Amino acid sequence: MSEDPRKNIGARSAKPGAGRTSPSSAARSLAGGSAPRKAPTKAKPKPQVGDAPAKPAATSKTPASKPAPAQATAKKKPAAAKSSAKAASGAKSAGGRPTSPSSSARSTATGTRLRAVTDDDAARAAAEAAEEAQRRTRSAGATPAAAGIPIDEIVAAVIQAAQRVLGSDWDTRLATLFAALRRRMGGDYAVDEFGFDPQITDILVGAVEPLAEKWFRLEVRGIENIPTEGGALLVSNHSGTVPIDGVMVGYAVKKYAQRNLRPLGADLVFQLPFVSQLARKVGATLACTEDAERLLSNGELAGVWPEGFKGIGKPYAERYKLQRFGRGGFVSSAMRAQVPIVPVSIVGAEEIYPLIGNVPSLARLLGVPYLPITPFFPLLGPLGLVPLPSKWIIEFGEPIRTDAYEPEAADDPMLLFNVTDQVRETIQQTLYALLVDRGSAFF
Amino acid sequence: MGKVVLVTGVSDSFATLVARSLADEPSVEKVVGVDTVLPDGDLSGVKFVRADIRTPVIGKVIAVEDVDTVVHLDLSPQVRGRGGGKELNVIGTMQLLAACQRSSVVRKLVLGSSTAVYGSSPRDPALFRESTSARGGVRTGFPKDIVEVESYTRGFARRRPEVLITTLRAAHLLDVDHFSPLGQYFRSAALPAALGYDPRLQFVHVQDLLAILVESVRKDRPGTFNVAGDGVVLLSQVARRLGRPIVPVPPFGFASGARRVLRAVGSDISPDLHRLLMYGRAVDTSALKEIFGFEPTYTTEQIVEQFRATVRSGVLSGLGARA
Repeated sequence: MSEDPRKNIGARSAKPGAGRTSPSSAARSLAGGSAPRKAPTKAKPKPQVGDAPAKPAATSKTPASKPAPAQATAKKKPAAAKSSAKAASGAKSAGGRPTSPSSSARSTATGTRLRAVTDDDAARAAAEAAEEAQRRTRSAGATPAAAGIPIDEIVAAVIQAAQRVLGSDWDTRLATLFAALRRRMGGDYAVDEFGFDPQITDILVGAVEPLAEKWFRLEVRGIENIPTEGGALLVSNHSGTVPIDGVMVGYAVKKYAQRNLRPLGADLVFQLPFVSQLARKVGATLACTEDAERLLSNGELAGVWPEGFKGIGKPYAERYKLQRFGRGGFVSSAMRAQVPIVPVSIVGAEEIYPLIGNVPSLARLLGVPYLPITPFFPLLGPLGLVPLPSKWIIEFGEPIRTDAYEPEAADDPMLLFNVTDQVRETIQQTLYALLVDRGSAFF
Repeated sequence: MGKVVLVTGVSDSFATLVARSLADEPSVEKVVGVDTVLPDGDLSGVKFVRADIRTPVIGKVIAVEDVDTVVHLDLSPQVRGRGGGKELNVIGTMQLLAACQRSSVVRKLVLGSSTAVYGSSPRDPALFRESTSARGGVRTGFPKDIVEVESYTRGFARRRPEVLITTLRAAHLLDVDHFSPLGQYFRSAALPAALGYDPRLQFVHVQDLLAILVESVRKDRPGTFNVAGDGVVLLSQVARRLGRPIVPVPPFGFASGARRVLRAVGSDISPDLHRLLMYGRAVDTSALKEIFGFEPTYTTEQIVEQFRATVRSGVLSGLGARA
């Protein structure tokens, strides 16, 4: 009958943190909330039994210093006046802890009167638990301990940490780091005419590495198809609700081909605050013929995602089905600049945020092309923004040469459609092959 | 016989400089400067005529002085309260062009336009060519004035095809002695910037712009040319170089917010600057180099460095180091 307060106490003394977490307390208050409805019917027939354990609960309330759960158990108590078998099983489940009150409780739980033992036992256990919890919180804060450590040991530890992080020549590296930081603060760096900032890009590539290598277990194939110098147009499929695939292709090109990818993005990218700022700094520019041709004729690697929002915002059910490849403008840009087209097939991006719904009206209101609903967003809030850890494969296909055509061929729409279809088919077939290779999406 | 050059808006310090440089040119016989107020600077060698280009008086000036070359520099973005600015920019240009059309002597027009004609929006290419039009649309203020001024000039060119027209779309000056909206902005102690945006900016050096204007009077260079120093700088980069703190202002209501910040530090902002401070603008100067035949001597970065050396250093200038 009084198993509830003791169960509480036991839980607290066994795991001091457990009683504190909000889910359990919420659950207990929920239980307490539902109890009073049952209380009058079940508690009234045995008023004298319900009366007896009410006192230990009252005493355990104060040392536990947890008003809400204690109240909940106090409310629950009359309702818990059920069979003694239930009480015994409850005590057994709580009896895993090594302290003496549990054993005494188990021995007495089967008995009819609990009062003589439980009253002071429970109070003592609660007091012990409270003390234990207090001790633990004290030791958790490192402040009193730090005062005892001599200063030279701290210095030695910092130096050791610096050596571990930066290597043996840590002091010169730290000095260069500070010098670089000072130069940044003084604005002493150059950006190109598109606003591309190589220093920031290098840092971001390093920051993305764990996501790519550890989270997505990125596998890169056909990196030799990226020309080591000169312009080329990387054409890729687009998926995943959030354009992380663009980031990953940029990372792969930088990491494995040591070249900077210059992505061509939609105008929405340059409209949004923070996104626009970052996009320009990592070398992106607007997907328009002027910028594409300028980049390609400057000998840069430009990347396009011709499916655009149709590709990235397609439902999960249509995964790995390529959408229309824009209007083929990318082919004419490549032909005018006489650079090869490298088809890029990305497998894995579709699963990171499976798009199962859309709110078109709200999207229109916010001025975005779609407002995604995934199984975890917005259901789990910010936690739903964590991309699912799918296995990624990026394959750079064999370059499709455009220098066989005259630059004037860029004005022949039929030829443009044919080349566009060729690129699209290549990517689609590669996607199917890669999907078979990959097997399970997440393991 | 030498040329007779009319320079409008000569009381502006830069226009004064242009008029005086033209007066020093051997091929130029006479320079006539026109404005409503007397210039502060020295106008030696320039004949000053007090006239308002918004009135038909300007036609008489052109007729009396036998002007054959008109340098129109009276396009100013600085007037707050749009009425006055529009009067001066658009109506003044209309009157001036009407007078030029009536005159049988005028054979060249140099229009000191601005890159503001391209507007500033997220839908624009990274670099504007002369043939690119403003995609984001130019709806208000000085950019709209400039678009109208240029369209009137094109109308004039259709009606008088024998007149050579050089349109120079210049980026902002960044100089302590000469006014420009961005120059005024970067002189203030704190720089309000739209939160989450870092626009690309371009400047032109006074000497370069001056040389190009004189060159277009001396030689015949018909056409439209972008004028800017090579390269771009980011707003944050300029702010760091000048050691001035950036005050982030939310993008919604940026115009009024920025104005409030600048008023608080005892400065002001031109009303048409806020879009430029959000989306930035950069132009392609290959036509200037290849067709006009002028290579800008100062890059945008050098102009910023020169500006930094001449203005009072900002409060944060101790933070960074420069090579």
